[in-house]
Amino acid sequence: MTIKIPALACLLLAGFSVIAADNIATLRGDAALHEQGKATALTPVENKDLRRKRNSPMEPPTIPHKIDNYQVDLRTNKCLTCHSRKRAADSQAPMVSVTHYMDRYGNFLAAVSPRRYFCQQCHVVQHDSKPLVQNTFKDIDELLQKQGDPR
Amino acid sequence: MKKKIQFYWNIIRKPSVHYSLGFLSFGGFLMGIIFWGGFNTAMEFTNTEAFCTGCHEMHDNVYVELQDTVHFNNRSGVRAMCSDCHVPHNWTDKIARKMQASKEVWGTIFGTINTREKFEAKRRELAEHEWARLKANDSLECRNCHNFDYMDFTKQSPRAAQQHSTALASGEKTCIDCHKGIAHQLPDMSGVEGWD
Ligand code: HEC
Ligand code: HEC
Ligand code: HEC
Ligand code: HEC
Ligand code: HEC
Repeated sequence: MTIKIPALACLLLAGFSVIAADNIATLRGDAALHEQGKATALTPVENKDLRRKRNSPMEPPTIPHKIDNYQVDLRTNKCLTCHSRKRAADSQAPMVSVTHYMDRYGNFLAAVSPRRYFCQQCHVVQHDSKPLVQNTFKDIDELLQKQGDPR
Repeated sequence: MKKKIQFYWNIIRKPSVHYSLGFLSFGGFLMGIIFWGGFNTAMEFTNTEAFCTGCHEMHDNVYVELQDTVHFNNRSGVRAMCSDCHVPHNWTDKIARKMQASKEVWGTIFGTINTREKFEAKRRELAEHEWARLKANDSLECRNCHNFDYMDFTKQSPRAAQQHSTALASGEKTCIDCHKGIAHQLPDMSGVEGWD
Protein backbone atom coordinates (compact mmCIF):
# COMPACT_ATOMS: atom_id res chain seq x y z
CA MET A 1 0.00 0.00 0.00
CA THR A 2 2.74 2.45 1.01
CA ILE A 3 4.50 1.77 -2.25
CA LYS A 4 1.44 2.05 -4.37
CA ILE A 5 0.65 5.69 -3.64
CA PRO A 6 3.97 7.20 -4.82
CA ALA A 7 3.77 4.97 -7.87
CA LEU A 8 0.32 6.27 -8.64
CA ALA A 9 1.48 9.82 -8.15
CA CYS A 10 4.33 9.23 -10.59
CA LEU A 11 1.91 7.89 -13.15
CA LEU A 12 -0.34 10.89 -12.71
CA LEU A 13 2.54 13.33 -13.01
CA ALA A 14 3.74 11.62 -16.15
CA GLY A 15 0.24 11.88 -17.52
CA PHE A 16 0.11 15.59 -16.82
CA SER A 17 3.46 16.31 -18.42
CA VAL A 18 2.33 14.50 -21.54
CA ILE A 19 -0.75 16.71 -21.67
CA ALA A 20 1.34 19.83 -21.12
CA ALA A 21 3.80 18.80 -23.79
CA ASP A 22 0.99 18.30 -26.29
CA ASN A 23 -0.22 21.79 -25.52
CA ILE A 24 -3.72 20.54 -24.98
CA ALA A 25 -4.30 22.53 -21.82
CA THR A 26 -2.54 25.78 -22.70
CA LEU A 27 -5.50 28.13 -22.27
CA ARG A 28 -6.47 26.47 -18.99
CA GLY A 29 -3.04 27.09 -17.52
CA ASP A 30 -1.78 24.23 -15.36
CA ALA A 31 -4.97 23.72 -13.39
CA ALA A 32 -5.93 20.07 -12.93
CA LEU A 33 -8.83 18.90 -15.01
CA HIS A 34 -11.24 18.78 -12.11
CA GLU A 35 -10.30 22.29 -10.93
CA GLN A 36 -11.33 25.69 -12.13
CA GLY A 37 -8.34 27.41 -13.73
CA LYS A 38 -7.44 30.94 -12.69
CA ALA A 39 -9.01 33.48 -15.01
CA THR A 40 -6.60 35.89 -16.67
CA ALA A 41 -7.14 39.51 -15.67
CA LEU A 42 -9.20 41.64 -18.03
CA THR A 43 -7.24 44.38 -19.72
CA PRO A 44 -8.83 47.73 -20.49
CA VAL A 45 -9.57 48.72 -24.06
CA GLU A 46 -6.95 51.06 -25.49
CA ASN A 47 -8.24 54.48 -26.47
CA LYS A 48 -5.04 56.11 -27.68
CA ASP A 49 -5.96 56.60 -31.33
CA LEU A 50 -2.73 54.92 -32.40
CA ARG A 51 -3.00 52.60 -35.36
CA ARG A 52 -1.31 49.22 -35.30
CA LYS A 53 0.59 47.56 -38.10
CA ARG A 54 -1.48 45.34 -40.35
CA ASN A 55 -0.01 41.93 -41.10
CA SER A 56 -1.27 42.00 -44.65
CA PRO A 57 -2.78 44.72 -46.81
CA MET A 58 -6.14 42.95 -46.73
CA GLU A 59 -6.34 42.63 -42.96
CA PRO A 60 -9.14 44.59 -41.33
CA PRO A 61 -7.35 47.17 -39.16
CA THR A 62 -7.93 47.01 -35.41
CA ILE A 63 -9.98 49.86 -33.96
CA PRO A 64 -7.65 52.39 -32.27
CA HIS A 65 -10.40 53.81 -30.05
CA LYS A 66 -12.96 52.50 -27.60
CA ILE A 67 -16.41 51.63 -28.83
CA ASP A 68 -18.35 51.26 -25.56
CA ASN A 69 -22.06 51.51 -26.18
CA TYR A 70 -21.68 52.29 -29.86
CA GLN A 71 -24.96 51.03 -31.19
CA VAL A 72 -24.82 48.95 -34.35
CA ASP A 73 -28.09 47.23 -35.09
CA LEU A 74 -31.03 47.29 -37.48
CA ARG A 75 -32.08 50.73 -36.31
CA THR A 76 -28.83 52.61 -36.55
CA ASN A 77 -25.07 52.40 -36.99
CA LYS A 78 -22.99 54.65 -34.75
CA CYS A 79 -19.72 53.82 -36.55
CA LEU A 80 -21.01 55.27 -39.77
CA THR A 81 -21.76 58.61 -38.11
CA CYS A 82 -17.99 59.14 -38.32
CA HIS A 83 -16.72 56.71 -40.94
CA SER A 84 -19.26 57.08 -43.74
CA ARG A 85 -18.42 59.03 -46.86
CA LYS A 86 -20.67 61.91 -45.88
CA ARG A 87 -19.47 62.22 -42.29
CA ALA A 88 -15.70 61.89 -42.78
CA ALA A 89 -15.13 65.61 -43.29
CA ASP A 90 -16.80 66.57 -39.99
CA SER A 91 -15.40 63.71 -37.94
CA GLN A 92 -11.93 63.60 -39.52
CA ALA A 93 -12.14 59.81 -39.32
CA PRO A 94 -10.84 57.67 -42.20
CA MET A 95 -13.66 56.88 -44.59
CA VAL A 96 -14.45 53.18 -44.88
CA SER A 97 -12.51 51.94 -47.90
CA VAL A 98 -14.13 51.28 -51.23
CA THR A 99 -14.36 47.52 -50.55
CA HIS A 100 -17.11 48.35 -48.03
CA TYR A 101 -19.27 49.57 -50.87
CA MET A 102 -18.90 46.43 -52.95
CA ASP A 103 -21.31 43.55 -53.13
CA ARG A 104 -20.11 40.01 -53.52
CA TYR A 105 -19.94 40.30 -57.31
CA GLY A 106 -17.66 43.29 -57.08
CA ASN A 107 -20.31 45.84 -58.04
CA PHE A 108 -20.03 49.20 -56.34
CA LEU A 109 -23.11 50.26 -54.40
CA ALA A 110 -24.19 53.77 -53.39
CA ALA A 111 -24.23 52.96 -49.68
CA VAL A 112 -22.20 50.67 -47.44
CA SER A 113 -22.88 47.11 -48.51
CA PRO A 114 -25.12 45.03 -46.22
CA ARG A 115 -22.32 42.49 -45.81
CA ARG A 116 -20.09 45.20 -44.36
CA TYR A 117 -22.77 46.75 -42.15
CA PHE A 118 -21.91 44.96 -38.90
CA CYS A 119 -18.44 46.41 -38.43
CA GLN A 120 -17.45 44.35 -35.42
CA GLN A 121 -17.72 41.17 -37.42
CA CYS A 122 -14.27 42.07 -38.76
CA HIS A 123 -12.89 44.97 -36.71
CA VAL A 124 -11.94 44.56 -33.06
CA VAL A 125 -10.72 46.94 -30.39
CA GLN A 126 -7.14 46.93 -29.15
CA HIS A 127 -5.95 45.54 -25.83
CA ASP A 128 -2.53 45.62 -24.27
CA SER A 129 -2.36 41.95 -23.39
CA LYS A 130 -0.02 39.04 -23.98
CA PRO A 131 -1.08 36.56 -26.66
CA LEU A 132 -2.61 33.46 -25.07
CA VAL A 133 -1.02 31.16 -27.61
CA GLN A 134 2.24 31.47 -29.47
CA ASN A 135 1.84 32.94 -32.93
CA THR A 136 4.19 31.90 -35.70
CA PHE A 137 2.69 34.06 -38.42
CA LYS A 138 5.19 35.48 -40.92
CA ASP A 139 4.17 38.30 -43.18
CA ILE A 140 4.70 38.31 -46.92
CA ASP A 141 7.90 40.38 -46.86
CA GLU A 142 9.54 37.92 -44.50
CA LEU A 143 8.58 34.97 -46.67
CA LEU A 144 9.87 36.62 -49.83
CA GLN A 145 13.13 37.47 -48.10
CA LYS A 146 13.62 33.83 -47.12
CA GLN A 147 13.21 32.75 -50.70
CA GLY A 148 15.83 35.22 -51.85
CA ASP A 149 13.55 37.82 -53.33
CA PRO A 150 15.42 39.54 -56.21
CA ARG A 151 14.03 42.95 -55.14
CA MET B 1 -77.13 74.06 10.81
CA LYS B 2 -78.02 76.99 8.64
CA LYS B 3 -76.72 79.33 11.34
CA LYS B 4 -73.42 77.54 11.46
CA ILE B 5 -72.94 77.84 7.69
CA GLN B 6 -73.88 81.51 7.89
CA PHE B 7 -71.28 82.00 10.64
CA TYR B 8 -68.40 80.51 8.65
CA TRP B 9 -69.53 82.21 5.46
CA ASN B 10 -69.32 85.55 7.25
CA ILE B 11 -65.81 84.83 8.41
CA ILE B 12 -64.73 83.93 4.91
CA ARG B 13 -66.54 86.90 3.38
CA LYS B 14 -65.26 89.53 5.77
CA PRO B 15 -62.42 87.99 7.74
CA SER B 16 -60.98 91.33 8.86
CA VAL B 17 -64.12 92.00 10.93
CA HIS B 18 -63.49 88.85 12.95
CA TYR B 19 -59.68 88.57 13.04
CA SER B 20 -56.93 91.15 13.25
CA LEU B 21 -55.00 92.02 10.09
CA GLY B 22 -51.77 90.84 11.65
CA PHE B 23 -53.24 87.44 12.45
CA LEU B 24 -54.61 87.15 8.94
CA SER B 25 -51.45 88.00 7.15
CA PHE B 26 -49.46 85.73 9.47
CA GLY B 27 -51.92 82.90 8.77
CA GLY B 28 -51.63 83.49 5.08
CA PHE B 29 -47.87 83.45 5.36
CA LEU B 30 -47.98 80.18 7.31
CA MET B 31 -50.33 78.49 4.87
CA GLY B 32 -48.14 79.72 2.07
CA ILE B 33 -45.13 77.97 3.54
CA ILE B 34 -47.09 74.78 4.13
CA PHE B 35 -48.51 74.64 0.63
CA TRP B 36 -45.31 75.69 -1.07
CA GLY B 37 -43.29 73.21 0.95
CA GLY B 38 -45.80 70.43 0.42
CA PHE B 39 -45.95 71.15 -3.27
CA ASN B 40 -42.21 71.13 -3.64
CA THR B 41 -41.88 68.00 -1.52
CA ALA B 42 -44.35 66.27 -3.78
CA MET B 43 -42.37 67.60 -6.72
CA GLU B 44 -39.16 66.31 -5.16
CA PHE B 45 -40.70 62.89 -4.82
CA THR B 46 -41.56 62.78 -8.50
CA ASN B 47 -37.87 63.41 -9.14
CA THR B 48 -36.65 60.30 -7.35
CA GLU B 49 -35.53 57.37 -9.39
CA ALA B 50 -37.99 55.11 -7.58
CA PHE B 51 -40.80 57.24 -8.97
CA CYS B 52 -39.37 57.48 -12.48
CA THR B 53 -38.86 53.77 -12.78
CA GLY B 54 -41.92 52.82 -10.75
CA CYS B 55 -43.93 52.07 -13.83
CA HIS B 56 -42.74 49.11 -15.83
CA GLU B 57 -42.65 51.15 -19.06
CA MET B 58 -39.66 53.09 -17.76
CA HIS B 59 -38.20 50.26 -15.74
CA ASP B 60 -38.14 47.62 -18.46
CA ASN B 61 -37.01 49.91 -21.24
CA VAL B 62 -34.91 52.97 -20.52
CA TYR B 63 -33.79 52.08 -16.98
CA VAL B 64 -32.42 48.70 -17.97
CA GLU B 65 -30.65 50.31 -20.90
CA LEU B 66 -29.11 53.00 -18.71
CA GLN B 67 -27.49 50.35 -16.53
CA ASP B 68 -24.97 49.38 -19.21
CA THR B 69 -23.81 52.91 -19.78
CA VAL B 70 -21.09 55.09 -18.32
CA HIS B 71 -23.64 57.15 -16.41
CA PHE B 72 -24.70 54.19 -14.30
CA ASN B 73 -21.69 51.98 -14.10
CA ASN B 74 -18.16 53.34 -14.18
CA ARG B 75 -14.70 53.56 -12.72
CA SER B 76 -15.39 56.37 -10.26
CA GLY B 77 -18.84 55.38 -9.01
CA VAL B 78 -20.43 58.76 -9.69
CA ARG B 79 -23.69 58.29 -11.48
CA ALA B 80 -26.47 60.29 -13.06
CA MET B 81 -30.12 59.89 -12.01
CA CYS B 82 -33.02 60.17 -14.44
CA SER B 83 -33.81 63.61 -13.08
CA ASP B 84 -30.24 64.88 -13.53
CA CYS B 85 -30.67 64.68 -17.27
CA HIS B 86 -34.39 65.09 -17.64
CA VAL B 87 -35.56 67.71 -15.16
CA PRO B 88 -34.50 71.32 -15.53
CA HIS B 89 -33.20 72.81 -12.27
CA ASN B 90 -34.70 76.21 -12.79
CA TRP B 91 -38.22 76.33 -11.31
CA THR B 92 -40.34 77.60 -14.20
CA ASP B 93 -38.62 75.26 -16.64
CA LYS B 94 -39.18 72.49 -14.14
CA ILE B 95 -42.93 73.07 -13.95
CA ALA B 96 -43.12 73.33 -17.72
CA ARG B 97 -41.35 69.98 -18.08
CA LYS B 98 -43.62 68.36 -15.49
CA MET B 99 -46.71 69.49 -17.34
CA GLN B 100 -45.25 67.93 -20.44
CA ALA B 101 -44.34 64.79 -18.51
CA SER B 102 -47.92 64.45 -17.30
CA LYS B 103 -48.71 63.51 -20.86
CA GLU B 104 -46.25 60.66 -20.56
CA VAL B 105 -47.87 59.54 -17.30
CA TRP B 106 -51.17 59.66 -19.17
CA GLY B 107 -49.55 57.38 -21.71
CA THR B 108 -48.80 54.89 -18.98
CA ILE B 109 -52.25 54.90 -17.47
CA PHE B 110 -53.97 54.42 -20.77
CA GLY B 111 -51.45 51.96 -22.10
CA THR B 112 -50.13 53.75 -25.18
CA ILE B 113 -46.62 52.48 -24.44
CA ASN B 114 -47.32 49.46 -22.23
CA THR B 115 -45.36 46.92 -24.26
CA ARG B 116 -41.81 46.93 -25.55
CA GLU B 117 -43.15 47.08 -29.10
CA LYS B 118 -45.40 50.05 -28.41
CA PHE B 119 -42.57 51.80 -26.59
CA GLU B 120 -40.22 51.22 -29.50
CA ALA B 121 -42.81 52.56 -31.89
CA LYS B 122 -43.05 55.75 -29.84
CA ARG B 123 -39.34 56.04 -29.04
CA ARG B 124 -38.39 58.25 -31.95
CA GLU B 125 -41.06 60.78 -30.98
CA LEU B 126 -40.09 60.75 -27.29
CA ALA B 127 -36.40 61.03 -28.14
CA GLU B 128 -37.05 63.94 -30.44
CA HIS B 129 -38.72 65.84 -27.59
CA GLU B 130 -35.58 65.39 -25.51
CA TRP B 131 -33.21 66.36 -28.32
CA ALA B 132 -35.22 69.46 -29.05
CA ARG B 133 -35.26 70.44 -25.39
CA LEU B 134 -31.52 69.89 -24.91
CA LYS B 135 -30.75 71.67 -28.15
CA ALA B 136 -32.85 74.66 -27.10
CA ASN B 137 -31.20 75.00 -23.68
CA ASP B 138 -27.67 74.35 -25.00
CA SER B 139 -27.55 70.99 -23.19
CA LEU B 140 -27.99 72.63 -19.82
CA GLU B 141 -28.47 69.35 -17.94
CA CYS B 142 -25.24 67.90 -19.28
CA ARG B 143 -23.43 71.09 -18.38
CA ASN B 144 -24.70 70.93 -14.79
CA CYS B 145 -22.18 68.15 -14.35
CA HIS B 146 -19.76 68.59 -17.26
CA ASN B 147 -18.40 72.10 -17.31
CA PHE B 148 -16.71 73.02 -20.56
CA ASP B 149 -14.49 75.57 -18.80
CA TYR B 150 -12.82 72.83 -16.79
CA MET B 151 -12.29 70.35 -19.59
CA ASP B 152 -8.60 69.61 -20.02
CA PHE B 153 -8.17 68.64 -23.65
CA THR B 154 -4.73 67.18 -22.98
CA LYS B 155 -6.38 64.63 -20.72
CA GLN B 156 -9.02 63.68 -23.25
CA SER B 157 -8.61 61.15 -25.99
CA PRO B 158 -7.42 62.74 -29.25
CA ARG B 159 -10.78 62.09 -30.89
CA ALA B 160 -12.62 63.88 -28.10
CA ALA B 161 -10.15 66.77 -27.90
CA GLN B 162 -10.32 67.30 -31.66
CA GLN B 163 -14.11 67.72 -31.61
CA HIS B 164 -14.35 69.58 -28.30
CA SER B 165 -11.71 72.14 -29.21
CA THR B 166 -13.38 72.96 -32.52
CA ALA B 167 -17.12 72.52 -32.99
CA LEU B 168 -17.94 72.62 -29.28
CA ALA B 169 -15.58 75.45 -28.32
CA SER B 170 -16.88 77.66 -31.11
CA GLY B 171 -20.45 77.10 -29.97
CA GLU B 172 -21.38 75.74 -33.35
CA LYS B 173 -22.57 72.51 -31.75
CA THR B 174 -23.78 71.47 -28.32
CA CYS B 175 -23.36 68.21 -26.40
CA ILE B 176 -26.56 66.58 -27.66
CA ASP B 177 -25.62 67.18 -31.30
CA CYS B 178 -22.78 64.70 -30.96
CA HIS B 179 -23.76 62.57 -27.97
CA LYS B 180 -27.17 61.22 -28.84
CA GLY B 181 -27.90 57.84 -27.33
CA ILE B 182 -25.53 58.42 -24.42
CA ALA B 183 -27.97 56.91 -21.92
CA HIS B 184 -30.46 54.78 -23.83
CA GLN B 185 -30.79 52.82 -27.01
CA LEU B 186 -31.54 54.86 -30.08
CA PRO B 187 -34.58 54.60 -32.31
CA ASP B 188 -34.33 54.36 -36.10
CA MET B 189 -32.14 57.37 -36.84
CA SER B 190 -32.82 57.82 -40.55
CA GLY B 191 -33.13 61.49 -41.36
CA VAL B 192 -31.59 62.74 -38.11
CA GLU B 193 -28.85 65.27 -38.76
CA GLY B 194 -25.42 63.68 -38.62
CA TRP B 195 -26.76 60.15 -38.98
CA ASP B 196 -27.08 58.18 -42.15
C1 HEC C 1 -16.77 59.83 -33.00
C2 HEC C 1 -16.32 59.38 -34.29
C3 HEC C 1 -16.03 57.88 -34.46
C4 HEC C 1 -16.89 56.84 -34.24
C5 HEC C 1 -18.32 56.88 -33.71
C6 HEC C 1 -16.17 55.65 -34.62
N1 HEC C 1 -14.91 55.97 -35.05
FE1 HEC C 1 -13.51 54.70 -35.76
N2 HEC C 1 -12.18 56.21 -35.94
C7 HEC C 1 -12.46 57.54 -35.70
C8 HEC C 1 -11.26 58.32 -35.95
C9 HEC C 1 -11.15 59.83 -35.80
C10 HEC C 1 -10.26 57.41 -36.36
C11 HEC C 1 -8.80 57.73 -36.75
C12 HEC C 1 -7.84 57.28 -35.72
C13 HEC C 1 -8.18 57.82 -34.38
O1 HEC C 1 -8.12 59.04 -34.20
O2 HEC C 1 -8.59 57.00 -33.53
C14 HEC C 1 -10.87 56.09 -36.34
C15 HEC C 1 -10.21 54.93 -36.67
C16 HEC C 1 -10.85 53.71 -36.87
C17 HEC C 1 -10.22 52.52 -37.44
C18 HEC C 1 -8.77 52.37 -37.89
C19 HEC C 1 -8.61 52.73 -39.35
C20 HEC C 1 -7.22 52.51 -39.85
O3 HEC C 1 -6.96 52.95 -40.97
O4 HEC C 1 -6.41 51.93 -39.13
C21 HEC C 1 -11.17 51.53 -37.46
C22 HEC C 1 -10.99 50.10 -37.97
C23 HEC C 1 -12.37 52.09 -36.89
N3 HEC C 1 -12.14 53.41 -36.54
C24 HEC C 1 -13.55 51.40 -36.73
C25 HEC C 1 -14.66 51.90 -36.08
C26 HEC C 1 -15.81 51.09 -35.73
C27 HEC C 1 -15.96 49.62 -36.05
C28 HEC C 1 -16.69 51.91 -35.11
C29 HEC C 1 -18.05 51.56 -34.51
C30 HEC C 1 -18.06 50.47 -33.54
C31 HEC C 1 -16.10 53.24 -35.06
N4 HEC C 1 -14.86 53.17 -35.65
C32 HEC C 1 -16.71 54.37 -34.55
C33 HEC C 1 -13.66 58.07 -35.32
C34 HEC C 1 -14.79 57.34 -34.98
C1 HEC D 1 -16.43 41.58 -43.82
C2 HEC D 1 -15.44 42.24 -43.00
C3 HEC D 1 -15.57 43.75 -42.75
C4 HEC D 1 -16.66 44.42 -42.26
C5 HEC D 1 -18.02 43.87 -41.85
C6 HEC D 1 -16.24 45.80 -42.13
N1 HEC D 1 -14.94 45.94 -42.55
FE1 HEC D 1 -13.82 47.63 -42.49
N2 HEC D 1 -12.28 46.67 -43.38
C7 HEC D 1 -12.27 45.33 -43.68
C8 HEC D 1 -11.01 45.02 -44.36
C9 HEC D 1 -10.63 43.64 -44.87
C10 HEC D 1 -10.27 46.22 -44.43
C11 HEC D 1 -8.89 46.44 -45.02
C12 HEC D 1 -8.87 46.28 -46.52
C13 HEC D 1 -9.83 47.16 -47.17
O1 HEC D 1 -9.68 48.38 -47.10
O2 HEC D 1 -10.80 46.62 -47.70
C14 HEC D 1 -11.10 47.25 -43.80
C15 HEC D 1 -10.74 48.58 -43.68
C16 HEC D 1 -11.45 49.49 -42.93
C17 HEC D 1 -11.01 50.84 -42.63
C18 HEC D 1 -9.70 51.48 -43.08
C19 HEC D 1 -9.95 52.10 -44.42
C20 HEC D 1 -8.70 52.63 -45.03
O3 HEC D 1 -8.84 53.29 -46.07
O4 HEC D 1 -7.61 52.39 -44.50
C21 HEC D 1 -11.98 51.45 -41.89
C22 HEC D 1 -11.97 52.85 -41.34
C23 HEC D 1 -13.04 50.48 -41.74
N3 HEC D 1 -12.70 49.31 -42.37
C24 HEC D 1 -14.20 50.72 -41.04
C25 HEC D 1 -15.30 49.87 -41.06
C26 HEC D 1 -16.60 50.23 -40.54
C27 HEC D 1 -16.96 51.55 -39.89
C28 HEC D 1 -17.41 49.15 -40.74
C29 HEC D 1 -18.90 49.02 -40.43
C30 HEC D 1 -19.77 49.92 -41.16
C31 HEC D 1 -16.60 48.10 -41.35
N4 HEC D 1 -15.33 48.59 -41.54
C32 HEC D 1 -17.05 46.82 -41.68
C33 HEC D 1 -13.24 44.41 -43.41
C34 HEC D 1 -14.50 44.71 -42.94
C1 HEC E 1 -25.08 63.75 -12.64
C2 HEC E 1 -24.01 64.30 -13.42
C3 HEC E 1 -23.99 64.04 -14.93
C4 HEC E 1 -24.89 64.48 -15.88
C5 HEC E 1 -26.19 65.25 -15.66
C6 HEC E 1 -24.34 64.08 -17.15
N1 HEC E 1 -23.16 63.40 -16.97
FE1 HEC E 1 -21.97 62.65 -18.43
N2 HEC E 1 -20.75 61.82 -17.04
C7 HEC E 1 -20.84 62.03 -15.67
C8 HEC E 1 -19.74 61.36 -15.02
C9 HEC E 1 -19.47 61.38 -13.53
C10 HEC E 1 -18.97 60.75 -16.04
C11 HEC E 1 -17.68 59.95 -15.91
C12 HEC E 1 -17.83 58.60 -15.35
C13 HEC E 1 -16.50 57.90 -15.26
O1 HEC E 1 -15.90 57.68 -16.31
O2 HEC E 1 -16.09 57.58 -14.17
C14 HEC E 1 -19.63 61.05 -17.30
C15 HEC E 1 -19.18 60.64 -18.54
C16 HEC E 1 -19.66 61.11 -19.74
C17 HEC E 1 -19.09 60.80 -21.04
C18 HEC E 1 -17.88 59.93 -21.30
C19 HEC E 1 -18.27 58.62 -21.83
C20 HEC E 1 -17.15 57.63 -21.84
O3 HEC E 1 -17.35 56.58 -22.47
O4 HEC E 1 -16.10 57.88 -21.24
C21 HEC E 1 -19.84 61.47 -21.97
C22 HEC E 1 -19.62 61.47 -23.47
C23 HEC E 1 -20.88 62.17 -21.25
N3 HEC E 1 -20.75 61.93 -19.92
C24 HEC E 1 -21.84 62.97 -21.86
C25 HEC E 1 -22.94 63.50 -21.19
C26 HEC E 1 -24.05 64.16 -21.86
C27 HEC E 1 -24.16 64.36 -23.36
C28 HEC E 1 -24.93 64.54 -20.89
C29 HEC E 1 -26.29 65.26 -21.06
C30 HEC E 1 -27.32 64.53 -21.80
C31 HEC E 1 -24.37 64.13 -19.60
N4 HEC E 1 -23.16 63.51 -19.84
C32 HEC E 1 -24.95 64.37 -18.36
C33 HEC E 1 -21.82 62.77 -15.03
C34 HEC E 1 -22.91 63.36 -15.63
C1 HEC F 1 -18.66 68.24 -32.25
C2 HEC F 1 -19.04 67.04 -31.56
C3 HEC F 1 -19.01 67.04 -30.03
C4 HEC F 1 -19.61 67.95 -29.19
C5 HEC F 1 -20.42 69.19 -29.54
C6 HEC F 1 -19.38 67.45 -27.85
N1 HEC F 1 -18.63 66.29 -27.90
FE1 HEC F 1 -18.01 65.19 -26.31
N2 HEC F 1 -17.02 63.91 -27.54
C7 HEC F 1 -17.04 63.97 -28.93
C8 HEC F 1 -16.26 62.86 -29.47
C9 HEC F 1 -16.05 62.55 -30.95
C10 HEC F 1 -15.77 62.13 -28.36
C11 HEC F 1 -14.90 60.88 -28.37
C12 HEC F 1 -15.69 59.70 -28.81
C13 HEC F 1 -16.65 59.17 -27.83
O1 HEC F 1 -16.43 59.23 -26.61
O2 HEC F 1 -17.68 58.62 -28.30
C14 HEC F 1 -16.26 62.82 -27.16
C15 HEC F 1 -15.98 62.43 -25.87
C16 HEC F 1 -16.50 63.03 -24.73
C17 HEC F 1 -16.19 62.65 -23.38
C18 HEC F 1 -15.20 61.56 -22.98
C19 HEC F 1 -13.81 62.16 -22.96
C20 HEC F 1 -12.72 61.25 -23.41
O3 HEC F 1 -11.56 61.56 -23.12
O4 HEC F 1 -13.00 60.26 -24.09
C21 HEC F 1 -16.92 63.45 -22.55
C22 HEC F 1 -16.93 63.44 -21.04
C23 HEC F 1 -17.69 64.35 -23.39
N3 HEC F 1 -17.40 64.05 -24.71
C24 HEC F 1 -18.58 65.29 -22.93
C25 HEC F 1 -19.14 66.28 -23.72
C26 HEC F 1 -19.96 67.36 -23.19
C27 HEC F 1 -20.33 67.54 -21.73
C28 HEC F 1 -20.30 68.16 -24.23
C29 HEC F 1 -21.09 69.48 -24.18
C30 HEC F 1 -20.57 70.50 -23.27
C31 HEC F 1 -19.71 67.56 -25.44
N4 HEC F 1 -19.01 66.42 -25.07
C32 HEC F 1 -19.86 68.06 -26.72
C33 HEC F 1 -17.68 64.92 -29.70
C34 HEC F 1 -18.39 66.00 -29.22
C1 HEC G 1 -26.89 61.02 -18.91
C2 HEC G 1 -28.19 61.60 -19.10
C3 HEC G 1 -29.45 60.75 -19.00
C4 HEC G 1 -29.86 59.98 -17.93
C5 HEC G 1 -29.14 59.70 -16.62
C6 HEC G 1 -31.17 59.47 -18.27
N1 HEC G 1 -31.51 59.90 -19.53
FE1 HEC G 1 -33.28 59.51 -20.51
N2 HEC G 1 -32.57 60.48 -22.17
C7 HEC G 1 -31.38 61.17 -22.26
C8 HEC G 1 -31.23 61.69 -23.61
C9 HEC G 1 -30.04 62.49 -24.11
C10 HEC G 1 -32.39 61.30 -24.32
C11 HEC G 1 -32.73 61.60 -25.79
C12 HEC G 1 -32.64 60.35 -26.62
C13 HEC G 1 -31.24 59.81 -26.75
O1 HEC G 1 -30.34 60.55 -27.20
O2 HEC G 1 -31.03 58.63 -26.41
C14 HEC G 1 -33.22 60.55 -23.38
C15 HEC G 1 -34.45 59.99 -23.71
C16 HEC G 1 -35.31 59.40 -22.80
C17 HEC G 1 -36.65 58.92 -23.10
C18 HEC G 1 -37.30 58.96 -24.46
C19 HEC G 1 -37.19 57.63 -25.15
C20 HEC G 1 -35.81 57.32 -25.68
O3 HEC G 1 -35.29 56.23 -25.40
O4 HEC G 1 -35.23 58.16 -26.37
C21 HEC G 1 -37.17 58.42 -21.94
C22 HEC G 1 -38.55 57.80 -21.74
C23 HEC G 1 -36.15 58.57 -20.90
N3 HEC G 1 -35.03 59.17 -21.46
C24 HEC G 1 -36.30 58.17 -19.58
C25 HEC G 1 -35.26 58.11 -18.66
C26 HEC G 1 -35.35 57.46 -17.36
C27 HEC G 1 -36.60 56.80 -16.78
C28 HEC G 1 -34.12 57.57 -16.78
C29 HEC G 1 -33.65 57.00 -15.42
C30 HEC G 1 -33.72 55.56 -15.31
C31 HEC G 1 -33.26 58.31 -17.69
N4 HEC G 1 -33.99 58.60 -18.83
C32 HEC G 1 -31.94 58.66 -17.45
C33 HEC G 1 -30.45 61.34 -21.25
C34 HEC G 1 -30.49 60.69 -20.01
